[in-house]
Amino acid sequence: MLKTFRIGGVHPKENKMSATAPIEVMEHPKRAVVPVSQHLGVPAKALVKKGDFVKTGQMIAKGEAFISANVHSPFTGKVFKVEETLDSTGFRRMAVIIDVEPDQWMEGIDLKTEIKRDIDLSPEEIVKKIHENGIVGMGGATFPTHVKYMVPEGKKVEYLIINGVECEPYLTSDHRLMLEKGEEMMIGIAILMKGLKVNKCIIGVENNKPDAIALLKDIALKYQGITVEPLKVQYPQGGEKQLIDAVLRRQVPAGKLPLDVGCVVNNVGTCFAVYEAVQKNKPLIERIVTVTGKPVKKPSNFLVRIGTPVDMLLSKAEADVEASGKIINGGPMMGKALVTTDVPVTKGTSGILLMEIAESNRKEEQNCIRCSKCTTVCPQGLEPHLLKVLGKRMDAEACEVERIMDCIECGSCVYTCPAQIPLLDYIRIGKAKTGAMIRNRSRK
Amino acid sequence: MDSGIITALVTLSAIGAVAAVVLYFIAQKFKVIEDPRIDDVTDALPGANCGGCGYAGCRAFAEAMVKEGTMEGFFCPVGGNDLMKSLSPLLGVEAVEKKPQIAVLRCNGSVKNSPAKYNYDGPKNCTFTHTLSSGEGGCMFGCLGGGECVDACDFDAMYMDPETGLPVVKDNCVACNACVLACPRDLLELRNRGPKDKRIFVACMNQEKGGPAKKNCSVACIGCAACFKVCPHDAITMNNNLAYIDYEKCTLCRKCVEVCPTDAIHEINFKPRPPKAEVTKGDEPKKAPVKKAVVVEEGAAPAPRPAKEPRAESTEVAIEKPKATSTTSEKKEENKSENQNNNQ
Repeated sequence: MLKTFRIGGVHPKENKMSATAPIEVMEHPKRAVVPVSQHLGVPAKALVKKGDFVKTGQMIAKGEAFISANVHSPFTGKVFKVEETLDSTGFRRMAVIIDVEPDQWMEGIDLKTEIKRDIDLSPEEIVKKIHENGIVGMGGATFPTHVKYMVPEGKKVEYLIINGVECEPYLTSDHRLMLEKGEEMMIGIAILMKGLKVNKCIIGVENNKPDAIALLKDIALKYQGITVEPLKVQYPQGGEKQLIDAVLRRQVPAGKLPLDVGCVVNNVGTCFAVYEAVQKNKPLIERIVTVTGKPVKKPSNFLVRIGTPVDMLLSKAEADVEASGKIINGGPMMGKALVTTDVPVTKGTSGILLMEIAESNRKEEQNCIRCSKCTTVCPQGLEPHLLKVLGKRMDAEACEVERIMDCIECGSCVYTCPAQIPLLDYIRIGKAKTGAMIRNRSRK
Repeated sequence: MDSGIITALVTLSAIGAVAAVVLYFIAQKFKVIEDPRIDDVTDALPGANCGGCGYAGCRAFAEAMVKEGTMEGFFCPVGGNDLMKSLSPLLGVEAVEKKPQIAVLRCNGSVKNSPAKYNYDGPKNCTFTHTLSSGEGGCMFGCLGGGECVDACDFDAMYMDPETGLPVVKDNCVACNACVLACPRDLLELRNRGPKDKRIFVACMNQEKGGPAKKNCSVACIGCAACFKVCPHDAITMNNNLAYIDYEKCTLCRKCVEVCPTDAIHEINFKPRPPKAEVTKGDEPKKAPVKKAVVVEEGAAPAPRPAKEPRAESTEVAIEKPKATSTTSEKKEENKSENQNNNQ
């Protein structure tokens, strides 16, 4: 009997159309837009100005706050401008725009393809390297990785948990990474274990990727303390708290962090980025992006430099933009629709999903019939139908009592609702109001 | 008669009497002496509990005012100057006059002026839409049309115009500030009503440069500073590519309205200028868009619209006004202020 998390969950159709497409390297664009805020937390401060010449891998923005990350230039070329440009939601945010020339790498970056296995740095040096090279969580939340590795006094970490679940339908970037870069990724895990000073690591992989499980199990034999745990396919298993429950049967209390149950969770993509940063000295300047969906002729996985416009990915995958009603940044469950395709790939872009017009339209909202399906599937044990009413009413106090801030916005409730009520939209309103109220309170 | 009943009666009466005496002394001991003027003032206030004065309700306002013993800094926007004057004998202090104000919308990004670039499919709620995206029109500063301000209005002084998709402030606005607080994009501002309800303001909050601003909205303030240069009274400031008219300094000379190339400056309740184009002078800024996008030549007809000051976080002051102009403009200023006085 395979393990999975114990509360709620749904199983949407997997639709992993691009699972067999090997990773292709994307060409360089003529002009790249590199936002200075590609992570959760305080935006980094741009270090370059108009007219500067930057090399590939050069730091162009420094994250000075505690929760912030450095940004490095993914290309060589002249800085065309440092100004506010459109991001994927239509807001303008600061970005460095680079006119791309052929690559000239920064000194010290190891470009050799051979795998470097020996880990000769101390734990402190490893965390410093991760910090310097701007590594953030590659699963989509883009939380700066080094922060997770600065374990506060008194907290004891027992397990490193690696998230190879990829529970979002359609997306395959992590799957392809595990298959093609398994060896490097495993070294990255060993580095992280050393950085964290733990000797136990569990890699959780859903059972719909048998090839990846077999391969990782094979590689893991060479490493002490790393086990691969096949998991039952269940959404949202990729959520931190759900994954810990699935592999360890430990529940993270409300408002607490995985650290409080002795765990640190990282994505497989992060492990690969850590390998490159620590062993090859290469900052986080590229990532794997899945381009998929029914209007896409060639669903593919691309190795893309940060800053490449989404347009280019779409044309390379021969996507029919006209036939799609929505273009989503991320997966179908948690991704956000793009307002324009003229936006760059960032550190958090795990996939670009195109949906057909018919499937992207919302169905008419009907009345709640109190079937309690949303409560059954909520992986956080909340009552979405109640939160929806409170959120709609913008009753922040009541929302807080009903623990609205514990919602992870996975969308399971909306997926399962037979009345097609956009529960999560209303819950997000409530979360916005409640979050503002809590911030105001702590300011006083 | 049963002696039980008598016993019960006597006992209960005795307990009652003792309790009454105890309660009397306790009441004396812990008596809260309250200024009787608080009740008087509370009764005189409108009792709307709208919070427009900045206090939790009418009684809280009365308590604060009586405690401070002054009327300075206290103003009930609902009752206005008349009410404040009637309160002054009660408190024995001089009432401080305040010019009547009205809320204005500093955006004219109607459906026509700022057409939708994509379809938004979700709850119509400004706060929510604001966290998600820039809005259908593409302007990240503009009105989202969710009507949260209208919901916040306790005085039925606002409604959503279905044609433009923008809220409209009616004349019975009491300037209670509720809509200003409700708007997640700070698009509403309280401005002086002006003589005969005449007012001029920049109906835009867009801080982008001219090109991107104009791309999203045909009536955006493009930060060209034409109004800033022409203003003889230094009433206009430029901040982050956005003009703001200070209603205290403005003398309603309408020079800025004439020079604005995008019709972003609105004038309300002015008589139509004799030779120029015809414009219906609606009370509501909303009606103005009808005449939108007239390619403005000099002195094109004025369009009523509201404008607001740059946000607090604005940092850079874009343009320093050349001093040379101010000397020439001083004469005009005198004339202007004379006219102004006549009007009043």
